[in-house]
Amino acid sequence: MYDIATTEKTVEQQVTKISARDVQVYYGESHAIKDVNVDIEDKTVTAFIGPSGCGKSTFLRCLNRMNDTIDICKVKGEILLDGENIYDPKVDPVQLRAKVGMVFQKPNPFPKSIYDNIAYGPRIHGLARNKAELDEIVEKSLRRGAIWNEVKDRLDAPGTGLSGGQQQRLCIARAIATEPEVLLMDEPCSALDPIATAQVEELIDELRQNYSVVIVTHSMQQAARVSQKTAFFHLGNLVEFGETGQIFTNPEDPRTESYITGRIG
Amino acid sequence: MPTFWLVVFVFALAALGFLAGRARALHSAGGNARDLHSLPNYYGANVLLTTLVPALLVLGLWLMIQPSVVQYRVSGMIPEQAIPENSTLGLVMMDVHQVAAGLDLAVDEGALTEQEAGTIRTEFTDLRARLGELGVALGSDVRPEVLQAAQRYRAIDASGHRNMVIVVTLLALAGLGFSWQHTNKDFRARNVVEQGIYALLVLAALLAILTTIGIVLSMFFESISFFKLHSWTDFFFGGTWAPNFRGDSELSILPLLWGTLYISFIALLVAVPVGLFAAVYLSEYANGHVRAFAKPLLEILAGIPTIVYGLFALLTVGPALVSVFGNGPEGLLGVDWMSGATSVLTAGLVMGIMLIPFVSSLSDDIINAVPQTMRDGSLGLGATKSETVRQVVLPAALPGIVGAILLAASRAIGETMIVVMGAGAIAKFSLNPLESMTTITTRIVSQLTGDTDFASAETLVAFALGITLFVLTLGLNVLALYIVRKYREQYE
Ligand SMILES: Nc1ncnc2c1ncn2[C@@H]1O[C@H](COP(=O)(O)OP(=O)(O)O)[C@@H](O)[C@H]1O
Ligand SMILES: [Mg+2]
Repeated sequence: MYDIATTEKTVEQQVTKISARDVQVYYGESHAIKDVNVDIEDKTVTAFIGPSGCGKSTFLRCLNRMNDTIDICKVKGEILLDGENIYDPKVDPVQLRAKVGMVFQKPNPFPKSIYDNIAYGPRIHGLARNKAELDEIVEKSLRRGAIWNEVKDRLDAPGTGLSGGQQQRLCIARAIATEPEVLLMDEPCSALDPIATAQVEELIDELRQNYSVVIVTHSMQQAARVSQKTAFFHLGNLVEFGETGQIFTNPEDPRTESYITGRIG
Repeated sequence: MPTFWLVVFVFALAALGFLAGRARALHSAGGNARDLHSLPNYYGANVLLTTLVPALLVLGLWLMIQPSVVQYRVSGMIPEQAIPENSTLGLVMMDVHQVAAGLDLAVDEGALTEQEAGTIRTEFTDLRARLGELGVALGSDVRPEVLQAAQRYRAIDASGHRNMVIVVTLLALAGLGFSWQHTNKDFRARNVVEQGIYALLVLAALLAILTTIGIVLSMFFESISFFKLHSWTDFFFGGTWAPNFRGDSELSILPLLWGTLYISFIALLVAVPVGLFAAVYLSEYANGHVRAFAKPLLEILAGIPTIVYGLFALLTVGPALVSVFGNGPEGLLGVDWMSGATSVLTAGLVMGIMLIPFVSSLSDDIINAVPQTMRDGSLGLGATKSETVRQVVLPAALPGIVGAILLAASRAIGETMIVVMGAGAIAKFSLNPLESMTTITTRIVSQLTGDTDFASAETLVAFALGITLFVLTLGLNVLALYIVRKYREQYE
């Protein structure tokens, strides 16, 4: 049933990295996420798709407790990272976010040099014992972010001076520098042009070697190109979750089918 | 007709014009408002504006110009020899004004008829006594030349007023007639009213700018007359401030500038950290309830009149400081470093308190302008809130915060009441914050109050001080606005 391009991408069975159990999210009175259960695998790209306002970002932000920064946001249920509930009072959200990195919709480099942007996380978490080690981390992260060749001669230049696509890869490199285990990306390409998008997509595919990547996207082509698993959200419900090829060629739920064929959006 | 009634008349005419214009427009469309180019009220407004605006403009200009014209023509009448020794034309003209005003009053009260007031002669009547009965006190007997000039003054003034009434009335009527004539259903009243309103707004803006320029120019000319009397090298580079009335004052701005800057420095030392931390708390940490309560509270603090802060300095802070740093063995520290309540520290502390809300409310706006994505980026990397504030938010907001601090500095330098009451009156160079010192603003106040002769260097120096202060604060403000604006662009 699967077409060849997607079958090639499917990988052997992976261990579960994150599993969400009966997650509910409320913004004040409004119920934004309803009863979501999902298992996100290690070394896999998982895409969240769905119409705007269906709760993709909200659910993504639950995975590293970024929702804690919103006063009115309440999360119920369990989210296990390597079997440990991240909403357990014992867990320090700040430490958690070092393990579960995040890349945002709009590139948000700090108003600092390229070097300091990358070194920000490692410095905060004390990952480098000396300048040489820090240099090494910065170089390694920029290489993994596929931007080293473009910036190696101007590490002291401000990160805000880069082009949009370069800024986004810088932000990915910055997230990688803290050595996370999971990388969350919220529409990382929506502010980029097609060429920059292609570069970022290529990068995401490479990141799969080392990380579990969760990406929210509006573009179904993008989800089909980069992900192995896809989750379709609708009105706060997780409607369907499965192999990307399965979802795109043979969806089980009529709502998924309507969305994919462009009837709801 | 008194000016007040003239204005009322013009307004009444304009109101009538509004109704007439509206009615004529409707009539021309056969009572069907939809055939009109504009809404009926626009036709009315057009007539109203054409009636009102030119007439009132001419009225205003006339009222401004007439006194100088009358003055000029009357002063030409006073012969050289009529000006006594040790007096000037200006003083004689003041007498003339007073007598003229006395005559006006006498006519109003019915003590003299208009006829008598115009022909009365000092040779036949004791004018001083008669005016005295009406409560107009004249310094000396009225001399014939002065009386004649005063009568002439009244005559010219009255005829000028008559002409004004005629011109303004005619103008209003002409405006009314003209625009009424042009009112028909195809007339684009809406566009004309739009232009009229535009012109009105430009006029208001122009007025604000022109008055500012006028203020600066008047200060500038007074300063020039100061520099004619006093050497500018002493003013800008001398070391002493010692005005006296023998005419050999040393009037240097430097000791005053030192006091000003020293007090402002202490004020900023208090206001910047406290204000900034308060802003960080309010914008980054406080929840909605606290913010909704604390922000307006701070803004109210910013509205306390500075004289109240001055009282606080004089009655509370000064004595408190003395009880710590002064009073010898009875004092808290057992030292005697401070003798009076006024000191640099007193004024600086209180001024700092005054500036706290100013700094915090500006910084709060600036910190809020740092995009949330920046904070998210930092928090998403596992930074704590205070790490985020220190390493991302504040550096991003820094240019704006520097701008806010410069604005606060400019306010501190120009602040008057607190230093008048809290700083003291001794001009000197000293580093000891417990001594009293004085500032530019304080000296301006003291040079201009009390018995002063407006032609002496000791008085005119106030203008030179004022304009220097103005240039200083203007420079700071321009710099601050430049920095703040540049920073705003960064995130747009
Ligand atoms: N900070 C917030 N406060 C209140 N409601 C929010 C907030 N963020 C999102 N929501 C609501 O939650 C729902 C899901 O939003 P979101 O997760 O951003 O959707 P998506 O990313 O799929 O477009 C929407 O109805 C939105 O209005
Ligand atoms: Mg979203």
